[in-house]
Amino acid sequence: MAKISIIVNGNPVNANVDPRTLLVQFLRENLRLTGTHVGCDTSQCGACVVHLDGKAVKSCTTLAVMADGHEVRTIEGLAADGAPLHPMQEAFREHHGLQCGFCTPGMIMTAVDLVHRKGHDLSDHTIREELEGNLCRCTGYQNIVQSIAAGAKAMANSDLA
Amino acid sequence: MYEFKYHRPATVRQAANLLVKNEDAKVIAGGHTLLPVMKQRLASPPHLVDLSHIEGLDGIEMKGRSLVVGATATHHAVATSALVGEAIPALAELAGLIGDPAVRHKGTIGGSLANNDPTADYPAACLALGATIVTNKRRLKPEEFFQGLFTTTLEGDEIITKVMFPVPKKAAYIKFRNQASRYALVGVFVAKRPSDVRVAVTGAGSEGVFRVTAFEEALKKRFSPKALDGLTVPATGLNSDLHGSAEYRAHLIAVLARRAVEAATAKS
Repeated sequence: MAKISIIVNGNPVNANVDPRTLLVQFLRENLRLTGTHVGCDTSQCGACVVHLDGKAVKSCTTLAVMADGHEVRTIEGLAADGAPLHPMQEAFREHHGLQCGFCTPGMIMTAVDLVHRKGHDLSDHTIREELEGNLCRCTGYQNIVQSIAAGAKAMANSDLA
Repeated sequence: MYEFKYHRPATVRQAANLLVKNEDAKVIAGGHTLLPVMKQRLASPPHLVDLSHIEGLDGIEMKGRSLVVGATATHHAVATSALVGEAIPALAELAGLIGDPAVRHKGTIGGSLANNDPTADYPAACLALGATIVTNKRRLKPEEFFQGLFTTTLEGDEIITKVMFPVPKKAAYIKFRNQASRYALVGVFVAKRPSDVRVAVTGAGSEGVFRVTAFEEALKKRFSPKALDGLTVPATGLNSDLHGSAEYRAHLIAVLARRAVEAATAKS
């Protein structure tokens, strides 16, 4: 077993884990943060995307021990419980950016990372290129792209990053 | 995946000692190749030595006429580095074509080279640019380092520390991506160096990355797409699979090489 300390959504978490525990397993099964999904489990679909030290990563291909001493942000960490949604979440709701919703947490975490890297004014082409690592099996990309473009703009006027 | 013991050394020396002490230990950095392989139980190292917390191993700097990239520099870091973009823009572009944004945040240049996947991008850059791969023990030329499919000359306790790329006069990388995996079905890196021209091909060779000397000689006489008119690559020794036949890959090599020369010429 290995001792780990991770800041998850702003809260320090200490745990003793089997080194082979994936970060996504740790988040879902130990911390019960089940917003992060396991889709393909092979780092292709992006349903498991979380932010590690502010950067989007696939938590199915990261060991929990590798996150020791680092900060993790999940979909649950975007906006406080009961508080208004994060602008990117709100944009997905407003623009019907989801059908079954399975890929949505990963899409949103990828989108927020994209805004952090490329700013608030994103062309459809940029968004489509950047969504390379996120798959939607409902094939609802049209509305996902619209949602991200709108969410990116809304983030410019929001206190939530 | 099977059980293993996890080690987090603070220095390369500590990491090397861990490799000596623990037989069959594997080095991990970004983990984006090793972890999937461990999940499939194709690999089951009893020890993992994590290099990602060794300070100073991910630096990017100019040393004289060479761009020096630390082994744990991520693809994202190389793709977005102003230094790389200025010195060898083709290398920054190549890094930006690997995987997807989340993968690029974790995957490292050292990991890519040590794995020597026959469809990986960095091996083509190393071979074409005439890079020097520096380990904790020695300096290796790409020709010595790459030894065929997923095989390198790295010893059990040897760790890549950095890669030195001499700055070329012109260079470009053109990648024809497999539509599903986004790995290179064929990728061609062309570099016009002060003394010669090199053309390196990834994705196509059944023994991994290789050079096309016939193209190099033609381009040395005249660095123009026209210099490659009528030149082809034989299909023998090329990969043939459900994604493309050897003949198709041979055809792509000639097409992409021309495009790479065009791109390299347009840039300067």
